[in-house]
Amino acid sequence: MIRYLDNVTTLELDVAKCVGCTRCTQVCPHGVLNMVGKQVEIIDRDACMECGACQQNCPTDALTVDSGVGCAIAMIVGSLRGTEPTCECRGGTCC
Amino acid sequence: MRVTEAAIEPIDSTFTWRDRLLWWRVRWGIGRMSFAVTPGLYALNDPTPESDVFVTANYRMSVDHLRRALVGRKAWILVLDTKGINVWCAAGKGSFGTDELVKRIVETGLARQVSHTKLILPQLGGVGVDAGEVGNLTGFMVRYGPVRAADLSAYIDAGYKATDDMRRVRFDLADRAALVPVEIVNAGKFIVPAMAILFVLSGVSLSGFSVATMLSQGVAAVLALGLAWLAGTVAGPLLLPWLPGRMLSLKGAMAALALIGLFSLRVLPGLTGALDLAAFWLVVPAIASFIMMNFTGATPYTSPSGVRLEMRRSVPLQAICAVAALLLWLAQRVVEVV
Repeated sequence: MIRYLDNVTTLELDVAKCVGCTRCTQVCPHGVLNMVGKQVEIIDRDACMECGACQQNCPTDALTVDSGVGCAIAMIVGSLRGTEPTCECRGGTCC
Repeated sequence: MRVTEAAIEPIDSTFTWRDRLLWWRVRWGIGRMSFAVTPGLYALNDPTPESDVFVTANYRMSVDHLRRALVGRKAWILVLDTKGINVWCAAGKGSFGTDELVKRIVETGLARQVSHTKLILPQLGGVGVDAGEVGNLTGFMVRYGPVRAADLSAYIDAGYKATDDMRRVRFDLADRAALVPVEIVNAGKFIVPAMAILFVLSGVSLSGFSVATMLSQGVAAVLALGLAWLAGTVAGPLLLPWLPGRMLSLKGAMAALALIGLFSLRVLPGLTGALDLAAFWLVVPAIASFIMMNFTGATPYTSPSGVRLEMRRSVPLQAICAVAALLLWLAQRVVEVV
């Protein structure tokens, strides 16, 4: 996969909370997470695209990430309107 | 095939020329929002109570990918109401989410159709679905299948196990090429009007408006925008891995510079003055950079935090280049009269 910017992701892991269910490693689309024994670890932090799937499926909030719409025009429209970035920017056709 | 609590529609795996035409229209963004499939439970190849249940979005392409991947297999297909949006985008918005999945399980009476409690979801649906919560609320156990429907057969045959490769999103040349048409259409919504405005403005000078001037000078302005359009929507996405830099805005500018080099400037009629030339070199990369920065919305690997950083760095530069180019271009018009 093509690499994006390093040192920007908001992904955080609190290993102490991990119960080893492995769900996060199943939903991560970029191989960011890996099981080491009964606990998860971050093996490729900079590959994280902050999609939020790991946080969504973590039963103990061990993983947190500030996920959201990653489209530039959505951020521009959002900041102009003073709202959150929204995908409805191009009449709902951007994805 | 009708049952008591909800209609179960038959579905098959055949892909007709009508389907192909629909896909082509979707790719070009022609009325793509009308490609919603009716949500509900679908029966593929007369499934039995033991057959697997696959969950998908009611985006036409999502359903098509799934039914084509399951050729010859008996299966239940549970289509969620995602307002005609694909799985990943809908999951990001929450419409392919825990609430909708739970609601659809109940409404379709799924538990009365199948004798097991296993649901197979597309992996990317995990952005909106909390597997544990679905289990708590419905008793159905969510299993995340592969990212791509095309890997489903291999996944099933391997005992419902996905390889690392099946779990990774890819962004191959073919994936990027599929996005090119809709990128052209979306950017065209502001490029084409800008072309028209610049073409007319080309005829304006201190001595007034002249159609002859417009025709001789306007072509270069239109070609400049056309080149930026081509760089930002075709060259940029296709050449993505090979363009220098990580920021898409930088890649867009690089694609533009490469194209300018390729289309030797001599072929641009009406581009004669030094100021015009400078404006051209500034504006084409600036616009291509802006268009490619927006391609972050279509890529499957850019993070919102990264896009925010990229915008802080790039938008001021794009604006400076565009304004400088406009001033140079106007100055050329003044110089020619003096």
